[in-house]
Order: sequence, then structure tokens, then C-alpha cells
Amino acid sequence: MKQDKLEKKQQPRLEKVAGNGLLSRRHLLGLGLGGAGMAMSQAVMGQDSELQLEIPGWSKTPGPGPSAYGSASSHVGLERQSGFGNPLYPGGGASRSPLQHLQGTITPNSLHFERHHAGVPDIDPAGHKLVINGLVRQPLVFEYEDLLKYTMVSRIYFLECSGNSGALLYGGNPDGTAQSLHGLVSCAEWTGIPISTLLEEAGVLPEARWIAAVGADAASMGRSVPLNKAMDDSMLALFQNGEPVRPEQGYPMRLFNPGWEGNTSVKWLTQIKVTREPAQFRDETSKYTDTMPDRKSLQFTFPMDVKSLITSPSGQMTVARNGVYRVNGIAWSGSGSIRRVEVSADGGSTWADALIDSQQLDKALTRFSIPWQWDGSPAVLQSRATDSTGNVQPTREAVIAAKGTINRYHNPCIQSWGVSPSGEVTNVYV
Amino acid sequence: MYTSRKLISALALAGFCSAVFVSSAQESVRLGTPVSEADLAGFDLIAEPSGAGFPSGSGTAAQGKAIFETRCAACHGLDGEGNSAATIIVGGDMQSEDTPLRTVGSYWPYASTVFDFIRRAMPADAPKSLSDEEAYQVAAYVLYLNGLVGENEVLNAETLPQVRMPNADGFIDQSDIQ
Ligand code: HEC
Repeated sequence: MKQDKLEKKQQPRLEKVAGNGLLSRRHLLGLGLGGAGMAMSQAVMGQDSELQLEIPGWSKTPGPGPSAYGSASSHVGLERQSGFGNPLYPGGGASRSPLQHLQGTITPNSLHFERHHAGVPDIDPAGHKLVINGLVRQPLVFEYEDLLKYTMVSRIYFLECSGNSGALLYGGNPDGTAQSLHGLVSCAEWTGIPISTLLEEAGVLPEARWIAAVGADAASMGRSVPLNKAMDDSMLALFQNGEPVRPEQGYPMRLFNPGWEGNTSVKWLTQIKVTREPAQFRDETSKYTDTMPDRKSLQFTFPMDVKSLITSPSGQMTVARNGVYRVNGIAWSGSGSIRRVEVSADGGSTWADALIDSQQLDKALTRFSIPWQWDGSPAVLQSRATDSTGNVQPTREAVIAAKGTINRYHNPCIQSWGVSPSGEVTNVYV
Repeated sequence: MYTSRKLISALALAGFCSAVFVSSAQESVRLGTPVSEADLAGFDLIAEPSGAGFPSGSGTAAQGKAIFETRCAACHGLDGEGNSAATIIVGGDMQSEDTPLRTVGSYWPYASTVFDFIRRAMPADAPKSLSDEEAYQVAAYVLYLNGLVGENEVLNAETLPQVRMPNADGFIDQSDIQ
């Protein structure tokens, strides 16, 4: 009986759907891939195995008891990746999420990417103020403890730095990983107060068009946000994945503008000034502006584009021959939800639909996967996302043709991972 | 009764358009404490292109030279030439054939930003340690190094925001694309 079942699973009829070994996503459902993959490994083990399973040591000794604030297993060494500190840029810099080692769609708080312009302030919430002033009927100041009493909403949203993936525009980086090339994107459940609630309490005057948001860090990082966005879905985020927002993410409170370039979601938010015109802060003039080939620069390029990326296998991983792989990755769009992700194993000649195997939330990371049977010949893996507004992720050539290479912000281009005959995966350009 | 029914219909509505918050100021606990703009004079440091938010005081490049050399040059070079890509604050030409160097002089559209940024974020090792007077002086010096003001031109709340920046027309506002 058991042998019968095994035999059946050893001969799965794998439906090829695109070049170079891409299989139907159907195989990921039910018995499909699970059956195929398992059957192969069981078949190997079944042959006169010397394996003698024993009860491991940890099953014979009680472990430590409950702890106050948990941490990852000592056998899991996941880390954000950042450059070395620069004494001439105190506290400045970025760190990237280890995308290739994460699954699902939520980024653990300790691994959420960072970008700071003057380091992480150590804010005592009792001394922190949130001021709303400018074009309002009554300027107001809010205390942290009081803000906790407001009605809050929770939403799962990605956050992406508009400089993410910028390096791809220059070429090179054969050693790049999903983390080093694309790790300036993360996703969390953010809980907080709609900014509209606080603005309405202060009473926005009719001539107002923008808000100027300022952080309490040493750089007093500021960004201007159109009032209609602030009144629509911007929130004052106080919690991140259920716990108070982490210091690196703006404790005790940050602005959060869903779907927009990360820098606009000002951390350590301490002031919202309602204005008629944008404040023209340094980080919306000198930086975070996109210079086009004609030398004109696009300013206030807010929504993040539709984008996806295969995280496994990805740069610096090695794939072994034989077997069926669950090629998987993440997709997101600042304009809506992910409707479709296609995958190619032959550098974009043929495509197959991937399975979406997470929730397809608005402006949130979405996980996709597809089974792939690699035959050992050179392959180039790519993914291409389409969002609910019909926008399709562009190729690198298309991005460069449209926007040139002076600009390094807002690059949503398709990532190509080359797989060599020996199974090494590298960042390639096709 | 009235409130709770309103809340229920608000929740139902939220279910249909999940991203858009239902306006809730009426039901809000309203715990903000009133302040006056005068109370915020030392707190609100935003200096806008219109001149709004600029403090009293003034300065010239000649006065700013010594401050720049002691407080800024270690990171930005004696002439603003910088010691890394991030710290070059002088020079560049947006029309150059190769990738243009984008600095205060070649790229920034508003002079107000120079004062606004320096007063709040510089020097990077001790932000907000300059007095308003010193901020005017050293902002004038940065503009002077870029050939945008004279050595003895007096910059204040009125004159500084009006300094004409070479790339003022180089930007296209995309804020209507949301
Ligand atoms: C400890 C090093 C350091 C010192 C001292 C310093 N700066 Fe800076 N400055 C920086 C860094 C680093 C940046 C880039 C910051 C960033 O990109 O977030 C910068 C940015 C700037 C910029 C904007 C450059 C651009 O194109 O966006 C200006 C203007 C500036 N500094 C002026 C000054 C002035 C004036 C002083 C002296 C009062 C000063 N800085 C002192 C390190 C320094």
C-alpha cells in the first residue's frame, strides 16, 4: 500500500508551462509540488539508508524558561546589512532587509530596513510633542499618552526607499544579493491615528494645500505632503507589528504615507505645519528628485511603482541539480494591489503565471511562487508584476530609455538572476 | 444611539473602501492642547520660499567665512569642494555633457532651502548649534562660494529667499500624480 503510493508520487506528471523548466503553478496546490519534491527525496532515502535516527540532546534536558522579551533562535543569524559608519556623516546611512532569507510578507521589526540622515534619536515619549500649526483654526500640541487614547486603525503596508534598486541602473554588481540590491523595502502592520482626525481637530483653513512634516531627529528631516494625501490615508503610526514603533522606525511616532516613497513617511514626527505651498525642504529639492536626460528634474514623485523580485533563488545562492524548486519572491505596488506575477526562466522569452500565495493587500508585499525543474543548462530567472491599476513592471531597458541614468530614484525594473551550469546564482543583465 | 448607529455605518463604509479612513473628528477624543504661534517661535524652524518662518537677524558672506572655516570646512572643504560625493556644496553645471554635478549652486531651486537646511541640520556633528545670526552668515557664505551673492550683500528674511538660483526653472512638479 505505502509502496504503491510512493511509486505514484515518483512519477508525477509535471506540466511544463514555459521555457527552461517552468512548471504549472497548479503543482504548488494540493499534492502537486509537495508530492513531487517529497517523492524524490524519499526515493533516495529509501535505498539502503545507513541513517540511524536518535533522540537529540535537547529533547533530554529542560531548556530555559520564559523570557521577558524574546529573540530569534541562536541558530538563526539574520541581519540587516549596512555600510560602515562614516564619522563625517554622524548617524547617517541605511541598512537593508535580508529579503532572500524571509518568507511570507511581514518584515520582522528587527529586520525592517533603515535610512537615517542624522542617526536614531533616543526619544523619551514623555518629552516628545506633536505640534500642528500653520493654516489651522487652532494650533495644537499633542502628548504621546494622550494620542494613545485616540481611535486607531491597523493596516499592512510596504515601505520602500525610493533609492531602492537604484544600483541596477548603473550595471555591474555581479555579487549583488536580493538584500544588497533591493533590501530597502519592508512590510509591516502599522497601527495609528488617521492624520485627518488630528488635522480636523485643529481645523484646516480653506486655503491650505500641503502639510510640512518634520521629525525630531538631529537633522529635523522634513518633507512636504499634499493635503489631499494627508486627509486620505496617511496615518500617525504608533505601533509596528503590534508593538510600539521601533526607534529606527520613528519611536514614539511617525508619519506613514501608504504606497509613497519611504522618505515622505517622516520618522520621529514632531511637527505638521499646514501650508499653502510646499516648504521646499532639502530632501525634496536637492535629494529625492529625479533628473531626466533633458536635465529637467521631476519633483514630488510620490507613488512607488509596481515591482517584484525573485528572492529565492537569488544572488549568491547555489541551486543543486535535480528536483523541483519553489521559485518564490515578493511583489508590491504603491498604486494598489498585485493582480498578477509572471516568471520567466529563459531571460524573458517565455513567461508563466506564478501562484499568488499570500493575501493580495493594497500597497503591501505579496508573495508569489512557481515550481521550476532545472535541467542544469544556463538559465535566467525573472519576475514581472502587474498591479490592480493595470501597470506592468518594466524591463531595465525600458526604465533607462524613459528616464536615463542620471536619476537613481524610483527604479522598478525587472531583476534578472543568472543560473550557471554549476548552479551559482548571480545578478546579471540581459 | 445616534453616535453608535453612525459608527456602524462608518464601519460598513470602511469595509467597502478599506484604504480611505472615515472622517472621525466628531467622534474623536480631541485631546490636543491649544498653543499660539508665538509659543512655537523657538520650536517651528521651517523657513519657506515665501519668506515665512525666517527669523529676524541678517548676515553677509564676509561675516560667514570664519564660521564656515571652523564649523563646516572639515567636512565640506575650505571652498565647499567636499570630501565625498555627499558633501560637495559648490560647483557643477546642469548642462554638462556627462552626468552633471548637482550642488547648491547648480541644482537647488530655492535659496530659502539653504538657510532652512543649515539652520536645522548643520553642522552635521552639532545641528542647531548656530545662532540665527550665524545661520544667516554661513548661508550667505555658501551662496557666495557658489557665486550667487556678493561678499558684503546683506541677507535677511526679506533678501535671502529672493536670491535667484540658476536651476530655479529646472524642476517639474509631479505632485498631482498620486
Ligand atoms: C561632520 C561633518 C559635517 C559638518 C561639520 C558639516 N556638514 Fe554639512 N553635510 C554633511 C553631510 C554628511 C551632508 C549630507 C547629509 C545627507 O545627505 O543627509 C551635509 C550636507 C550639507 C548641505 C547640503 C548638501 C546637498 O547638496 O544636499 C549643506 C548646504 C551643508 N551641509 C552645509 C554645511 C554648513 C554650512 C556647515 C557648517 C555650519 C556644515 N555643513 C557642516 C557633513 C557635515
